[in-house]
Amino acid sequence: MSALFSKIVTLLETEPYRLVVAVVAIVGFVALNAAYLVWVERKGAGRFQRRPGPTEVGPAGLLQPVADGLKLMSKQLILPAGADLTLFRVAPLLVMAPVLMSLAVIPFGQSLAARNLNVGLLMIFALGSINVMALMLGGWASRNKYAVMSAARVVSQNVAYEIPMLLVVVTMAMVSGTMNLNEIVRQQAGAFWHWNLFRVWVNPLMPVTFLIFYICMLEETNRAPFDMAEAESELVAGAYTEYGGMGFGVFFMAEYANIVLGCSLATVLFLGGWQSPFGVLPGVVWFLLKMYFLVFSVVWIRWTFPRTQFYGLLNLSWKILIPVSLFTLVLSAAMLKILRSSL
Amino acid sequence: MNALTEVYGGFKSLLIGMRVTIGQFFKPVVTVQYPHKTLKMPLRYRGHIELVGNPASGRPLCFVCKLCERACPSDCISVDGVKLEGEKRRSVTSYKLNFTTCSLCGACVEVCREGAIRFSRDYNLAGLTKEEFVLDLVQRFQAQQAKAKPEAHESHESHESKQAEAAQAAEAKPAGQLAGAAKSGDSAA
Repeated sequence: MSALFSKIVTLLETEPYRLVVAVVAIVGFVALNAAYLVWVERKGAGRFQRRPGPTEVGPAGLLQPVADGLKLMSKQLILPAGADLTLFRVAPLLVMAPVLMSLAVIPFGQSLAARNLNVGLLMIFALGSINVMALMLGGWASRNKYAVMSAARVVSQNVAYEIPMLLVVVTMAMVSGTMNLNEIVRQQAGAFWHWNLFRVWVNPLMPVTFLIFYICMLEETNRAPFDMAEAESELVAGAYTEYGGMGFGVFFMAEYANIVLGCSLATVLFLGGWQSPFGVLPGVVWFLLKMYFLVFSVVWIRWTFPRTQFYGLLNLSWKILIPVSLFTLVLSAAMLKILRSSL
Repeated sequence: MNALTEVYGGFKSLLIGMRVTIGQFFKPVVTVQYPHKTLKMPLRYRGHIELVGNPASGRPLCFVCKLCERACPSDCISVDGVKLEGEKRRSVTSYKLNFTTCSLCGACVEVCREGAIRFSRDYNLAGLTKEEFVLDLVQRFQAQQAKAKPEAHESHESHESKQAEAAQAAEAKPAGQLAGAAKSGDSAA
């Protein structure tokens, strides 16, 4: 029996099968997360507002995502008159696909990554910019004033925030000396003060760097308080206005998938990924714990702060985040130079 | 430097905001889960009117003077009664309140010399047809009497509170009432 099992495992590790297993696992992981993070969000929103959240469908409302999914799937897909039909249909897929592809390089455990790419970090950010374009296409293709307005906002917002994000990532790549995510995690082995977040001897501004990354991550995933893409109280539903049924559903799932990706990346870059601070429990558990703590904080922030005004959003990026992240970049470059030359 | 202190102050206030919300997160729920639980209406709650009984006889105090009928500005009350043999006053046989036109002004309660009508505390008044809201208050009174019977004649001095209890008993099961309303709606349809 165990011989058969090990045979199956070795078979699954050979190439075409490994690919299939990885695809199934990632799609399943994303789908489950997207569905149940909606539940977490609604429960969380309820708790933050001193009400119980969904309780009616299943125990503690646990079947609510299933009910929501069935409802969305049973709805008619309405194509607005005068819309660009191809782009309109493709846009939700273009939001979802990059997330699924990016998750392939995230190391969930020591050897638990679909692909251990040398340029993993680069690949994630290469794919990450497709998200913006897809939202813009969706808004543009709907031929709706609200959607176009939202699309214009999304582009200027994302351009503004991609710069500090990338500056931070360049800093991290310099500090780690690699773009291989698994290698970055491996460097943070040991107790929690070895995590990049606390590596103050390389760059005393490391916690600030993490904060900038986190803020940019909130922004890139279009989460409150930066949810200009949806902005339901001012732009109906922003870029999603004309989408109904599963078209909207995919956008919605992609939002949560993006949060998972962003939080995973923050965990890998700053919180030591699958490294366990105490040596108990397997690495995957630690990775998920750290990641879901960040996800919870995203929900927490959403239900604490109101949406920023648009110029406030751009001011934050251009006047604060970009100068500070540039400064940390230069500072850590200088520190690395000094450290290396002194060795 | 000024900008940096501003950023620092702003960030600090954000953290304080987050501390406030996480505090709320762990406090108990304050909302009432309506169909499962209901709030107790205060004594002065002004629902639609209902008949007040004579605690001694267990019959309505109303003797069909029709002052309420005349006082009603929206003409939604119609009272009818008979004079039973051997009694000085008439007794009420039908007291119809058309609640669809009632504005809850309370003129009827104010004008009643005998204190024979009062506001009920019933607020679960969902229905599917208009006819459900033409209320027969005599029937309602009898139903309340039947429910309160076991304790109706125990003590006379505390009848005020007893009646309050009876009224509460009548509105205690909103879910059942809702189901009942739905059923009668079905049969009407």
